[in-house]
Amino acid sequence: MIEVDNIHKTFGDNHVLKGISTTFDKGKTNLIIGQSGSGKTVFLKCLLGLFSPEKGHIRYSGKNYADLTNAEKRDLRQDMGMVFQGSALFDSMTVEKNVSFPLDMFTKQSKSEMQDRVDFVLKRVNLIDAHKKYPSEISGGMQKRVAIARAIVMKPSYLFCDEPNSGLDPKTAILIDNLIQEITEEYDITTVINTHDMNSVMEIGKKIIFLKNGYLEWEGTNKEIFKTDNKAVTDFVYSSELFKKVRQMYIEERN
Amino acid sequence: MNYIASIGKYFIMVWEVFKKPTKWRIMKSLIFKEIDELIYNSLGIIIFIAFFIGGVVTIQTALNLTNPLIPKSLIGFATRQSVILEFAPTFTSIIMVGKVGSYITSSIGTMRVTEQIDALEVMGVNSLNYLVFPKIIAMLFYPFAVAIAMYMGVLGGWIAAVFGNYAPSGDFIQGLQTDFIPFHVTYAFIKTLVFAFVIATIPSYFGYYMKGGALEVGKASTTAFVWTSVVIIIINYVLTQLMLG
Repeated sequence: MIEVDNIHKTFGDNHVLKGISTTFDKGKTNLIIGQSGSGKTVFLKCLLGLFSPEKGHIRYSGKNYADLTNAEKRDLRQDMGMVFQGSALFDSMTVEKNVSFPLDMFTKQSKSEMQDRVDFVLKRVNLIDAHKKYPSEISGGMQKRVAIARAIVMKPSYLFCDEPNSGLDPKTAILIDNLIQEITEEYDITTVINTHDMNSVMEIGKKIIFLKNGYLEWEGTNKEIFKTDNKAVTDFVYSSELFKKVRQMYIEERN
Repeated sequence: MNYIASIGKYFIMVWEVFKKPTKWRIMKSLIFKEIDELIYNSLGIIIFIAFFIGGVVTIQTALNLTNPLIPKSLIGFATRQSVILEFAPTFTSIIMVGKVGSYITSSIGTMRVTEQIDALEVMGVNSLNYLVFPKIIAMLFYPFAVAIAMYMGVLGGWIAAVFGNYAPSGDFIQGLQTDFIPFHVTYAFIKTLVFAFVIATIPSYFGYYMKGGALEVGKASTTAFVWTSVVIIIINYVLTQLMLG
């Protein structure tokens, strides 16, 4: 569980996050949505500890990040997995080296133990024959699955995903969404996903927070988002014709 | 003001490189990889350039010695002094800035652009130690490359002198041995070590802190080349004044 309490982040004169407070629950896929420039990425980077908020607190399972010692912060980092927008795989390493990298770096496991774990997570993300391939030799969808495998190889308590299905075709995007949701529920992880993909919102948005100009404008579930009358949310959600029709159907059904 | 801030940021980066070291087993393989990439793969170009520069120095010295009273051995003497004091350590270093420095900036810059550095940081890895420290250690072997450059430069000079009929072999070798001061070699290696540190860290700085995309990686490589060369030229002057002046 991650509790965010009134965090503010400023870059020079630009006040990006203006007092965000929310809670991300364990075993749920928590989505951060909002338009470009709303502060989603900065918020995610604050959660990851890459940016330090000037004001407010972030608590991981009750522990305030700002109060942790450097060693505790390091331990917490190893309890976090991250799937980057562009996968961020190490292009000089094979798929299995990418996945085993955190194990190699932070554990004292033997080579066979590491290999077993790597085989297990690659199988879990449905990648079986890609062990010896380099990231440049596999598709974007496969790269995302390798990134997910690398993120979960250390059995993290927290999983963060930045636009996990950007640049993917709709079918692969749904596969990636479903995979993240399955992993979240299977391993009881607190997952936070930064997205502006409405399909993800519909499919896996167990909790959604909507950011606008650095403020938390709205929060709810994927069922509630289609019923809300919040103008900023409806403007964002119904910017596409498809979702306008979904909204229309809902209103007609209600009447 | 920006320059001062950048200089400060560079020294903070250097300090960070030595903090929170990466596991030795992993670091060892990174160091070997960098020795291969930065030193071993540069030997060809170093040997080629040193050989021909040595030859050119010899020819130009010989062509400018028109007075018959000046002994031909001076050609060997001038070649040795030029190659050991300047051409091998400084000229080779400028070449290395172009080859190795560009590689360092572009490889680290690409990792920045593709969020690989963020991935390291999120995992709790000291990305500066992981990326820059092996390069600094690998560059400690750079004086060996410069020693080879010295040998090849003198060899190139000897071949040019003898086969170009500028000086007999005996005279050239006598010139090489005349008034030899061992400290000149020490001076050359000391400045080579300083250049090695500069070549490993300044391009890393430009790659690590770059912002933008592929185009900016190219721009960062060019900027790194310019500034690393400028710093090498300035350090060369300062060290020469301090050690030989």
